[in-house]
Amino acid sequence: MLKTLFSVPSKWTILWRRVISELEIIAIISLFIVGLMSLFMGGVIALNTAYQLTTPLLPDYTVGYITQQSTFLEFSPTVMSLILAGKVGSNIASEIGTMRVTEQIDALEVMGVNTHNYLIFPKIVSLSLYPLIISISMFLGVFGGYIASVYGGFSSSADFVEGIQLDFIPFHITYAFIKTLFFSFILATIPSYHGYYMNGGALEVGKASTVSFVWTSVVIILLNYLITQLLLT
Amino acid sequence: MIRVENITKSFNDVEILKGISTEFEKGKTNLIIGQSGSGKTVFLKCLLGLFEINTGTIRFEDKKLKEMTGKDRTILRQEMGMVFQGSALFDSMTVEENIMFPMQMFTKKADSEIRDRANIAIKRVNLINANTKFPDEISGGMKKRVAIARAIVMNPKYLFCDEPNSGLDPKTAILIDNLIQEITAEFKITTVINTHDMNSVMEIGEKIIFLKNGQKAWEGSNKDIFQTDNQAVSDFVYSSDLFKKVREVYLKN
Repeated sequence: MLKTLFSVPSKWTILWRRVISELEIIAIISLFIVGLMSLFMGGVIALNTAYQLTTPLLPDYTVGYITQQSTFLEFSPTVMSLILAGKVGSNIASEIGTMRVTEQIDALEVMGVNTHNYLIFPKIVSLSLYPLIISISMFLGVFGGYIASVYGGFSSSADFVEGIQLDFIPFHITYAFIKTLFFSFILATIPSYHGYYMNGGALEVGKASTVSFVWTSVVIILLNYLITQLLLT
Repeated sequence: MIRVENITKSFNDVEILKGISTEFEKGKTNLIIGQSGSGKTVFLKCLLGLFEINTGTIRFEDKKLKEMTGKDRTILRQEMGMVFQGSALFDSMTVEENIMFPMQMFTKKADSEIRDRANIAIKRVNLINANTKFPDEISGGMKKRVAIARAIVMNPKYLFCDEPNSGLDPKTAILIDNLIQEITAEFKITTVINTHDMNSVMEIGEKIIFLKNGQKAWEGSNKDIFQTDNQAVSDFVYSSDLFKKVREVYLKN
């Protein structure tokens, strides 16, 4: 499968069109949910941190610091990937699964089209822009934390900004992007595999979609542990 | 011409095709008939190369399918057209885009030329005002026409149809049958049709192969089928009173 998946496409113009179309389906439509969740989760992280910090010994910038660390290191790259495993992953598995059930994949094969390359490769390419979405999530997460913290009266604007800047390690951004690049590959391939190799009818499309979500989530969590172990310790 | 020599195909030690030999001639509508589970679809998928046969030979002209390299098979598949039972149109594309797709994928023609050729195929299958519609916006009969147009747009040497008139009303089914027969004769295509429909057998069966339990039980034309004394074919074809009467009338005349 991997050999045919990464073989040279029959036509680059068709591949380009498919990538653009996949970008629209996978990335652009996901922006709303990513934005909404990041904004509110960032706010919740800040509120929870402020709620836990009852001791006056801890400085006020702690809320900003913890919001930044949680969002950059785990929430945006990992939790957003798990959420998108449900949205994008299910979408991919059910789309390809339906094509299998309705013989559209057979039709492509009879025409002589390399179906792995035609159907799955554009999804991998378009999802490689996933770190861009995660960077938006990071920004909105911290922004949500700022709004909740400052306008909720838990921290001043200056303290929160100081917390964000305090101990800021640029490698954390690189680490997050490396993680998301791996996750994007997982998000494109595991659901595609489950959709492509499913058998049966509409019921099995639903099952394939669910199974793909479970496996994508499990692999993302395991990979998250491995990458963190390799890059941060 | 497609020549099939003694082919067998098994799934998990269960033999589905048991040594079938036959020839499908150029410019003729060749029909494969038989009860559900007789191996028709497996046989068709073996011809298409979607299933690998266990033993035997399938030759397209003089080339053995089994000995073809991946590249040869890709070239062969571009010479094939296939009409699937459920039409298998691409949901995300309009009717016109569906028909343009094989040419966009495999030719270096300009988009305007591809569109012109697609429209010739659309005209040939008598599709009117459907170019910009999506598959879920058109009727079952129209879907079959789009599938036929898509199958013939590359001027194929071989046309395969899996139950092309299933789910259609009798009038539309006859129109689709006639269309396939006309196209076969007009473009000198080797057409193989997998069907249950006895109207198709009577109307367009220039060569008929009857499969029973994975074996070829009978072979002949739609004229021969009226006179056959093969019990299995008679039981299958003349299971309805209507066709029994048609047979009696034919034999009387």
